[in-house]
Amino acid sequence: MRVSFEVNGRPVRADDVWAGESLLYVLRERLGLPGSKNACEQGECGSCTVYLDGETVCACLVAAGQAEGRSVRTVEGLADGEALDPVQSAFVDAGAVQCGFCTPGLLVQTHDLLRRTVGAGGQPPGDDEVREALAGNLCRCTGYEQILAAVRLAAERAGGAA
Amino acid sequence: MTASSETRAPAAPAAPPVPADPAERGGVRHGVGTDAPRPDGVLKVTGEFAYSSDLWADDMLWGATLRSPHPHARIRGIDLTEAVRLPGVYAVLTHEDVPGAKYYGLERADQPVLADGKVRYQGEPVAIVAADHPETARRAMMRIAVDYEVLEPVSDARRAAFDPACPPVHGPAAPPEPGGAARPANVVRYQPVRTGAFAAGAGLDEVRAQADVIVTGEYQVGMQDQAFLGPESGLAVPAADGGVDLYVATQWLHVDQSQLAPCLGLPPEKVRLNLAGVGGAFGAREDLSMQAHACLLALRTGRPVKMVYHREESFFGHVHRHPATMRYEHGARADGTLVFATMEIVLDGGAYASTTSAVVGVASSMAVGPYEVPNVRVDAYGVYTNNPPCGAMRGFGAVQACFGYESQMDRLAEALGMHPVELRIRNAMSEGSRTATGQPVDMPLPMADMLARARALPPPAEPETGPGTDPRRLPGGVAGTTRGEGVVRGVGYGVGIKNICYSESFDDYSTARVRLELVGGEPAVQVHTAAAEVGQGLVTVQQQVARTELGVERVVVRPADTAVGSSGSSSASRQSYMTGGAVKAACEAVREAVFRLARERGLPPGADDALELRGGAVVTRLGAVVAELAELLADTAVEETRVFRHRPTRPMDPLTGQGDAHVQFAMCVHRAVVDVDTELGLVRVVELAAVQDVGRALNPLQLAGQIHGGSAQGLGLALMEEVQVRDAAVRNPSFTDYLIPTILDMPPMRVEILEHPDPHAPYGLRGAGEPPTLSSTPAIIAAIRAATGRPLAHAPVRPEDIVGLPVP
Ligand code: FES
Ligand code: FES
Repeated sequence: MRVSFEVNGRPVRADDVWAGESLLYVLRERLGLPGSKNACEQGECGSCTVYLDGETVCACLVAAGQAEGRSVRTVEGLADGEALDPVQSAFVDAGAVQCGFCTPGLLVQTHDLLRRTVGAGGQPPGDDEVREALAGNLCRCTGYEQILAAVRLAAERAGGAA
Repeated sequence: MTASSETRAPAAPAAPPVPADPAERGGVRHGVGTDAPRPDGVLKVTGEFAYSSDLWADDMLWGATLRSPHPHARIRGIDLTEAVRLPGVYAVLTHEDVPGAKYYGLERADQPVLADGKVRYQGEPVAIVAADHPETARRAMMRIAVDYEVLEPVSDARRAAFDPACPPVHGPAAPPEPGGAARPANVVRYQPVRTGAFAAGAGLDEVRAQADVIVTGEYQVGMQDQAFLGPESGLAVPAADGGVDLYVATQWLHVDQSQLAPCLGLPPEKVRLNLAGVGGAFGAREDLSMQAHACLLALRTGRPVKMVYHREESFFGHVHRHPATMRYEHGARADGTLVFATMEIVLDGGAYASTTSAVVGVASSMAVGPYEVPNVRVDAYGVYTNNPPCGAMRGFGAVQACFGYESQMDRLAEALGMHPVELRIRNAMSEGSRTATGQPVDMPLPMADMLARARALPPPAEPETGPGTDPRRLPGGVAGTTRGEGVVRGVGYGVGIKNICYSESFDDYSTARVRLELVGGEPAVQVHTAAAEVGQGLVTVQQQVARTELGVERVVVRPADTAVGSSGSSSASRQSYMTGGAVKAACEAVREAVFRLARERGLPPGADDALELRGGAVVTRLGAVVAELAELLADTAVEETRVFRHRPTRPMDPLTGQGDAHVQFAMCVHRAVVDVDTELGLVRVVELAAVQDVGRALNPLQLAGQIHGGSAQGLGLALMEEVQVRDAAVRNPSFTDYLIPTILDMPPMRVEILEHPDPHAPYGLRGAGEPPTLSSTPAIIAAIRAATGRPLAHAPVRPEDIVGLPVP
């Protein structure tokens, strides 16, 4: 089948898609966007988190056909050209990136959390709130301590920018 | 930038004065000792970093592996007819298609590339397929008809160790060591250690008589999975010369190459390996997984072949941490002084040897822990069974032993009515002590100080209970299973000791090539090694070393590949030491070559011979510029390659275990604070604090990340991580059923870093990745024991253990 949708603000089309393919597979293997990661392909790890029409989803759990006509934003679409999003630079600066396999999913999930909090004129999220928001994103390397530090830093930077 | 103040503590002894810009030390930015940023950091946050599962080639095929559903079976026949007929299938290969050596292995070539008439564990590769789509490959595999004759598996490691009537998983027993006794066929390695009265032949009762208090315990450590997030994967590209280029996520390119080439029937130079992006390793990438299969399919089809394991397959596609059953006995005088310790450790190596022999070496030599014990008797066994193969995982044999000896220390403290920290300090090893294998500790080992510091840390806030309590602060968390009723707090301590680098006379080395030249008129350095960046930040450390040694900020680390000599494995916490040491040595050689160039040009009058390389210039010690690199290197580049070796180690005596088997010892101390719901058996770790001596912190931010990550894996082993194996079959191969800690499971982790330099190591550094994985597990379980009074002899602790119900 053919699937057409929008990724990171640009229309895309994939042909000869087998009906069983996931949005994650189409992004990674057909559209040249391997930034979203596949660490389980069954909704357990959050490495594949993307925005679908503005809501975060596990791209591995979305059938490619379900994306038809919709809008997707991936880790590749977070930066503004060369300028990193504050969430991205905070992850680098706080040491939250080791192997980095969990990072794309965590970035999108954190981006969403900050959009809903400081981005909407609210308070920066407390640690408990951050932990709850990121509970679906596994990381095996960091023990999450520097991820928390990165989220605090990003919230501070995003708040400063708002 | 620095880590949050919570995760940094002042170094002791006094660190050199910190310059105004913390990124600058010794005249160059981002050198050794700074929080230099990772060179791959930006690529990893933009999604551009190419992991092994992201690779893609025009015209590539997808490889897939058919695995045995049975732990033990004879293969009567394999019918490929239907699979080969499926449109889109390009190759279906079995054992018979392996052109060269049919077996490989890290320590013993006992593992078939594809099953050879027999399968010895569930998930063993039987056939491989190349097809135009992963789904086509999956359907082709379903059409392969394998005729299995199912056999009874050997699933009990103790039986494998001790019962001469246990059927051999492989061939008959090897002949005994000279002077040693015959062992059952399934014993891969038996390593005893004997000191004091035990070495002199005394019986246990004689030794026991010297002790006022004796405690015994039986402990089990479950099979832990490394659970890296980036699955086993890679791309094999057939080359015009008849060879193959393999892009793969691994821990040691050269040991892959040396195992692969014979299997492919190719000379090593035709099997070229390139490190693709690695999504974590933790030991699980030390053995081959898809490497040989992808290469076979690529060579057969003449097309690039990509293989990527899915999560369930990954649980079968790599070795795990050896599960252990351990029997310990400790005797002490009434004042707490240890008199003797005996331990029997049985490690289940599963169907293939992998690194079992080395794991037994570590478990036996570290069995007594960082304690001075005059009379020691250790018997450690690594065995074959039909359980999943086990090999390297962070902590490598020392994790299992640590759970045993630390559990015993708590039990002994209780029997003596002593504080557990006091008992540990009383018996602590220090510089000048001897290990149980007779090796002098010739480096600082400030264990007593570390313990005292851990005990003195401020306690976390009192538990919140009652209506209105945020459930996220309670055991059971957002499930809201309690409002604080039945919740009890406990505090526990753990200490672990780990050998760093390869041991027991292994020829352990690393190679580095360093090139200094002008790029766009500016001095720039290229570092080339085969060392695997697996997430730990080795690429950053290589840059930092080169900057510090050459005074040049611009340093590029080239992609790792087999075009340069071996760097050894990214294991045993050894890469900062070994490849850091190799880069340092190569830089020193480059520096000398630059000085020679400067001298050839003639030194200015009055300049003495002691030159330095700083700020892009050759300068005298007093800072007078002798020559700018921009001019000295105008029409030449300086390149040097060096091989770095640590000091030699010795084998362990096969009968007494004696020998200077190790290069370096590293330690971490943990204090864990837990809240336990004693009615439901749920645990919330409130805080997990670590004190670790690292000799010298090369990159404090990355270092803290290693300690956090290691502590988290130890927390996983304490509370939730176990590959469930029944009758040799795995019952939980997914992240739904095999749980690893989420961000909700992890407590705040305070880290206090000490820096007592090791005089033998580059920059005085001490390997740091593994020690926190040892001590966090026993500290957490000790805290649960303190809260509940339960004996808790099994890691991970299960809810049933806490509430006192039988475990199914
Ligand atoms: S890959 Fe989608 S949740 Fe794991
Ligand atoms: S950084 Fe490796 S999994 Fe998170």
